[in-house]
Amino acid sequence: MNTGQWILGLVFIVALDMSNAQSTDGNSLPPNSVYHLKVSVEDQFGKVTGLDRYRGKPVLITMFYANCPHVCPMLISTIKLTESKLSAEERVDLRVLTISIDPERDTPAKLREILERHSVDASRWSMVRSQPGDIRTLAGVFGIRYKQLPGGDFNHTTRIVLLDREGTQVASTEQLGHHDAVFLEAIKSSLH
Amino acid sequence: MRLLIPLFIVTPLSAGFTEHSLANEFVHIPGGEFRSVIPEAEGDNLVAVADFSVQEAPVTNAEFLRYVLYNPEWQRGSAVSLFVDDQYLSTWAGPISLGPESAPQQPVTQVSWFAANSYCEWQNARLPSWYEWEYIAAANVGMADARALPEWRQDILSWYSHTGGDQTGDVRGGPANYFGVFDMHGLVWEWVDDFNAFMVTGDNREQGGADELQFCGAGAITMEEKENYAVLMRVAMLSSLEARYTTRNMGFRCARQGEIRK
Repeated sequence: MNTGQWILGLVFIVALDMSNAQSTDGNSLPPNSVYHLKVSVEDQFGKVTGLDRYRGKPVLITMFYANCPHVCPMLISTIKLTESKLSAEERVDLRVLTISIDPERDTPAKLREILERHSVDASRWSMVRSQPGDIRTLAGVFGIRYKQLPGGDFNHTTRIVLLDREGTQVASTEQLGHHDAVFLEAIKSSLH
Repeated sequence: MRLLIPLFIVTPLSAGFTEHSLANEFVHIPGGEFRSVIPEAEGDNLVAVADFSVQEAPVTNAEFLRYVLYNPEWQRGSAVSLFVDDQYLSTWAGPISLGPESAPQQPVTQVSWFAANSYCEWQNARLPSWYEWEYIAAANVGMADARALPEWRQDILSWYSHTGGDQTGDVRGGPANYFGVFDMHGLVWEWVDDFNAFMVTGDNREQGGADELQFCGAGAITMEEKENYAVLMRVAMLSSLEARYTTRNMGFRCARQGEIRK
């Protein structure tokens, strides 16, 4: 092998190495990315992934539970209402992840039922549950407060968080029942 | 120019700590019922706590230094900003050195909930729940529940009035309480696992049915009872924090479930 080939080979190896560094998580993530969190989530089909299942797309995230009588249906309809203000081209790039705080009762079958009841687009929405021990951590990351009540219900704050493509929290809203105009603008700019 | 990089490995032993100074035993706490300042349901503040065990003292700087030596991703400067704010371990001289501001036997402070939680997991433990913490904090030296005593309250309130100062004392500076646990009051405030179960702020006030969104409507009633004031100050503090925040007065200790009675 002459020197030129050798250098070319070296460049090739370095290039390979760099592409590896890009694709493995960790170092290339922004320091405030929620994808630093190593938790697994199980969706309405029983499929288990990391929290970063939608990495590369802007994501709306909230926490809820299926048996919630008033607030959670409003959370879902608020997200749907907000989405309806986007153009079809914008919407196709947006993902929604709703995380249950009640993993015991919110089985994949139960989550699928909720998705269907609200007729949301399952190609872009996931309803997931996590390991019970990870819920406090997820709530900590998303600034959501919750408490389980005797009898199994929960009180929880109703926060919808927008993640950019790399998992940084760029906006949030606690308004329900109507779309938050400032939040909508943040979603639009994350999609462009 | 050639840079000389001093290459050495710091271990807990070379840093001058013996295993003895790093011991922080888990003390068995027999469960029981008690009246919490935070009712589980409206009008019912009787809470049952199961048997558990808890570290006898808050985690010290020396103990936390050992942790970050073994877990470099939690060193200051390496811990990601998702999990810590920019004051994380700021009283230490460096990422792996305590320095004059932080004595080995002082409780570690400027630690986030995430960092505290991660430390406890490393100990095969967890943070205590609020009810567990409140249960053992109700004791004085001789009684499991001393909260009705005016001097119990007065001690705590006088501590509150002079905190915010520069340095805390060492752990185990005073006597152990009824349960054999040190420093529940008078040294640092402490993270609990469910710190984010408290909703005493009015964040959701614009929505109808705000009462359903906010736990602690009932807690606000007991807030007026003077005897609970000392403990409710803690709740107010916890409810104002985010999980990545660190403060000068906030430390932690770990707990375990259902430890076998010795």
